[in-house]
Amino acid sequence: MSRDVESLSPERRIYLRKVKIKKIATWIIRTLILVSLFALWEIAANLKLIDPFITSQPSRMVKTLLNLYHQGDLFRHIGVTCLETVAGFVIGTLLGTLIAIILWWSEFTAHVLEPYLVILNSLPKVALGPIFIIWIGAGPAAIITMALAISLIVTILEVLNGFIQTDEEKIKLVQTFGANRLQVFLKVVLPSNIPAMINALKVNVGLSWVGVITGEFLVSKAGLGYLIVYGGQVFQLDLVMTSVIILAVAAALMYQGVVLLQKKLTGQKVTQKH
Amino acid sequence: MSKEIVKVEQVSLKYQSLNGEIEAVAGVTFSVDKGEFVSLVGPSGCGKSTLLSIISGLLKPTGGRVLIEGEEVTGASEKVGYMLQKDYLFDWRTIYQNVILGLEIRKKLTPENKEYALELLKTYGLYDFKDKYPSQLSGGMRQRAALIRTLAVKPEILLLDEAFSALDYQTRLAVTEDIYSIIKSEGKTAIMVTHDISESISMSDRVIVLSRRPAVVTSIHAIHFDCPVRTPLKCREAPNFREYFNTLWKELDVHV
Repeated sequence: MSRDVESLSPERRIYLRKVKIKKIATWIIRTLILVSLFALWEIAANLKLIDPFITSQPSRMVKTLLNLYHQGDLFRHIGVTCLETVAGFVIGTLLGTLIAIILWWSEFTAHVLEPYLVILNSLPKVALGPIFIIWIGAGPAAIITMALAISLIVTILEVLNGFIQTDEEKIKLVQTFGANRLQVFLKVVLPSNIPAMINALKVNVGLSWVGVITGEFLVSKAGLGYLIVYGGQVFQLDLVMTSVIILAVAAALMYQGVVLLQKKLTGQKVTQKH
Repeated sequence: MSKEIVKVEQVSLKYQSLNGEIEAVAGVTFSVDKGEFVSLVGPSGCGKSTLLSIISGLLKPTGGRVLIEGEEVTGASEKVGYMLQKDYLFDWRTIYQNVILGLEIRKKLTPENKEYALELLKTYGLYDFKDKYPSQLSGGMRQRAALIRTLAVKPEILLLDEAFSALDYQTRLAVTEDIYSIIKSEGKTAIMVTHDISESISMSDRVIVLSRRPAVVTSIHAIHFDCPVRTPLKCREAPNFREYFNTLWKELDVHV
C-alpha cells in the first residue's frame, strides 16, 4: 500500500477501479431505493391510490416533525427515549458482565443457577411489565427496568459463554507461571474476550431499544414509544410513522456508536499489522 | 555435572470422572541431572504430558512425589519453565509485553528483570520486534519469543510439552536447532515430551521410554554421538542415529 499509483501494474489499476466503481454503485442504488420508496409513497398518496389517513405520507410526516419541533416537544421525546435506552444499555452491560464474572468464578454457582437462567431467558420479559410498574411505579425507572430485563440475561449468557470458551491452554500457560484465579481472569479471560463482549454490546443496543419502547407502550408520559402509542390511540398515523422513522434513525446512530467503540478498542492492532 | 536436579519418585495419577477412573501414570521413577536434556517418549495418550504437568506442579499426583533440588513440588514451581504445544503468544500484547508476562504474574517486574528480558530479546535477535504484535512474526520467531518468555523468569528446568508439534516439518527442524542451542547456551536442564523418535534422539542425552497407559518406565537409553559440536541436525547425520532409532522403534512397539 506504500507504493505510488504510478508504480502499480495496469491489472492492479483495473482491479482497484472495479472495486471503487462497485462501492460507488452500491451507495447510489441504496440511496435510490430509499428516495424512490418515499417518492412512490408520496405520489401514491397524492393520487389517492392509498389512503393517507391510514398510511400517512412523507409530506405530512415532515409537517408533523416541524410541528413537534415548534411545540418544543421533539427533542424532549427523543431525549427521554434515548436516555432510557442508554441507561438500560449501560446498566445491562455492566451488571450482566459483573454477574457473568461471578458465575465464571464459581462454577458451582453457575451450575446451581443454570436452570433459572434458562427459564428467565425463554420467558417473554414483557410479561413482567405490569409487575415492574406496580413495584417501581409508573415512570422512567420502570421503563429502564424493562430494558434491563430484556437485555440482562442475554448479556450474562453471551459473556459467560465467551469466558468459559477461553482457550484452556492459554489458561494453562499463565498457570505455569503460578497465576491465581484473579490473574487468570485479568491476564487471559478478560482480554481474550473483548471481541465477544463487544458483540454482546451490539446485541444489547438492539434489545435495550426493544425494552424501552415496550416499557413506554405500557407506561409513559413522554418518549418515542409514547408518541407511537398515543398516535395510534387517536388514529394519527402521521405521528406514528414520524416517530417510527425517528426511532430508526436514533437506533442506527447508537449502533454505529458501538461499532466506532469496537474499532477504537480492537482497531489499534489491526492497523499495526501492515 | 552429575548433580541430580529433578527426582520423580513412584509418581502415579488417577483421573476421576463419573464414567470411571482412569489410571494415567502408574509409579514412574526417574531422575534428571543438572544441565541434562532428557526426552520422554511413548505411545500417544500414554500420560506423558500428564507427567510433565505433575513435575511442574500444575497437577497433584495421587501417589509418589516429585523433588526439585531436594524440595517436594506442591504448587506451580518457580524453578520450572513450561513450553506448551503452541507458542500461545497473546495477540493483544506486543512481543515485549508477552515476554514479561511471567514476571508480571509473579510480581517480579523489577528493573533488573526487565533489563534481563530485553537482554534475552537482544541476544536472540528479537529486540527489533519487541514492539510488534505476534501476528507480525514468523512461526519460528514466535516459538523463540515463547522460549524467551519462559526464560525471562529464570527457571532452572525447562519442560517442553510437544513444543514443536504445531509447526510444519521444515520449520520444526530449524526451530529445534534454534531452541536447542538457546537451551544449551543458557545452561538449562530440559525435560521434553515428544512422540517423535527422531526428535528425541537428536536432542537428548537420555531417552526415557514410557509404556502404554497407565504409563510406567519401560527403559532408559543414554544417547552418545561423536560429533565435535552437538546440534540436533548434525546428530541426525551421525552413523549411530539409525541404530538408536531402530532400538526405540522396537521398544515402542507401534501397532496401527
